[in-house]
Amino acid sequence: MKILVPVKRVVDYNVKVRVKADGSGVDIANVKMSMNPFDEIGVEEAVRLKEAAVATEVVAVSCGLAASQETLRAAMAMGADRGILVETDAELQPLAVAKLLKAVCDKEQPQLVICGKQAIDDDANQTGQMLAALAGWPQATFASKVSIADGKASVMREIDGGVETLSVTLPAVVTTDLRLNEPRYATLPNIMKAKKKPLETVKPADLGVDVAPRLATLKVSEPAQRKAGEMVADVAQLVDKLKNVAKVI
Amino acid sequence: MAILVIAEHDNQSLKAATLNTVGAAAQLGGEVHVLVAGAGCGAVGEAATKIAGVAKVLVCDAPHYEAQGAENVAELVKGLAGGYSHILAAATPAGKNMAPRVAALLDVAQISEIVAVEAPDTFVRPIYAGNALATVKSADAVKVITVRTTAFEAAGEGGAAAVESVPAAADLGLSALVSRELVKSERPELGAAKVIVAGGRGLGSAENFHGLLEPLADKLGAAIGASRAAVDAGYCPNDYQVGQTGKVVAPQLYIAVGVSGAIQHLAGMKDSKVIVAINKDPDAPIFQVADYGLVGDLFQVVPELTAAIG
Repeated sequence: MKILVPVKRVVDYNVKVRVKADGSGVDIANVKMSMNPFDEIGVEEAVRLKEAAVATEVVAVSCGLAASQETLRAAMAMGADRGILVETDAELQPLAVAKLLKAVCDKEQPQLVICGKQAIDDDANQTGQMLAALAGWPQATFASKVSIADGKASVMREIDGGVETLSVTLPAVVTTDLRLNEPRYATLPNIMKAKKKPLETVKPADLGVDVAPRLATLKVSEPAQRKAGEMVADVAQLVDKLKNVAKVI
Repeated sequence: MAILVIAEHDNQSLKAATLNTVGAAAQLGGEVHVLVAGAGCGAVGEAATKIAGVAKVLVCDAPHYEAQGAENVAELVKGLAGGYSHILAAATPAGKNMAPRVAALLDVAQISEIVAVEAPDTFVRPIYAGNALATVKSADAVKVITVRTTAFEAAGEGGAAAVESVPAAADLGLSALVSRELVKSERPELGAAKVIVAGGRGLGSAENFHGLLEPLADKLGAAIGASRAAVDAGYCPNDYQVGQTGKVVAPQLYIAVGVSGAIQHLAGMKDSKVIVAINKDPDAPIFQVADYGLVGDLFQVVPELTAAIG
């Protein structure tokens, strides 16, 4: 079975981004970029399925700037067999990415696609669901456990108030939640080996996909700042403030 | 044009998140319809007719909607979409699961977790874990939207909508629910609680987490929340998690105990009215958003606080 793992290059999760003064976006020039944390979990899960001899090949895919090659190399250093970069300078929104991934799926015919549940930059949480819809496949989002048997995937999902287990027919799209696994670190020998793995580059036009954005961003602004708080010396003072000043208890 | 709100329910009762979503729909200007898709969900349809501001309730009752799987419900919504300018769902796990599927079937963008309506085609939504707010304008014929429930007032009671039965779409048979385990809790629901007591890694163990926080939460009638660190350490179940990847809450009072205040956690609670932080590290980032901060040993402070609240 072949597994496709979409990965996204995003601002590192430890970076506190700043909004540009002209309100056109956030300033991501010269900040550290890395693989979206949820996608790392997706790569890890795919590699584990390969190690368990459930999968035969793991293909990492990324859509975006040429620099996304680094993200694909990182996925290959974790154990993906090869990479596909859909290279474009255009702003890609989730629907466009889902369409690009659908075109890649048509070509590669994977049995399973493992997406991260959301990217930590646009916080959209859409791409996996959209890909499933376009392909006409079932979806199992927010997965915390995945097992494959008899042409079906059994997926435990995190829902409001607990967990549920779904059985979905393959091919299917799974999106990862944080607790699915703990991604491995790439070792230096594996990072070196990853440089020799095949990386194919295609353009959206080669796939016949129109990636024009559907949503126009009018402005990006700072959220309202909270008023500076005050430190209290002890519990008595805290209770007094909550009762008599803030009046919340 | 009319607006369709997809109701969230468990076939017996309507989830509170639906009321906030109707609240957001009311700001769009247009007739609001509510879709209740389920199995044996007549009572939910009945409850939906009483929501203020709802003109019509569409009930689709069929066995293959019992688990409300995204595949079948999205197919149903796709068939109904023709008469609507907006389709709204709450930005809960259920809404986030289904709405993008609906949008892709309609070949339109989805607008995630809006926190404000500027115009019927212009919305504000947080990006980068709430560190920036983007104002986006949609040119699509149908706007598919998820609504951050804490950003909108819940619609009240007093409506008298008509119920209309709608035919089911075909069962796609792609997905089956095997089991569902819900954590039972006597406490108020995290998303709707007026007061939340949240614990982090500083509590040190599951025994301390429950032993220290529960008496305080009981006194305050509060829900209990947690940071990701506390969940990962196994102190509590993961649906307690507050943050970018957990629940987004905005209670009147949020008491953070032994929580450092990572960006991802702040994204889930910084719209709370009053934030109290109790932490032994005076440099913890949580103090930057706290209205009242107390530097001290939580093992001493929390029992004292519990005792002091009469």
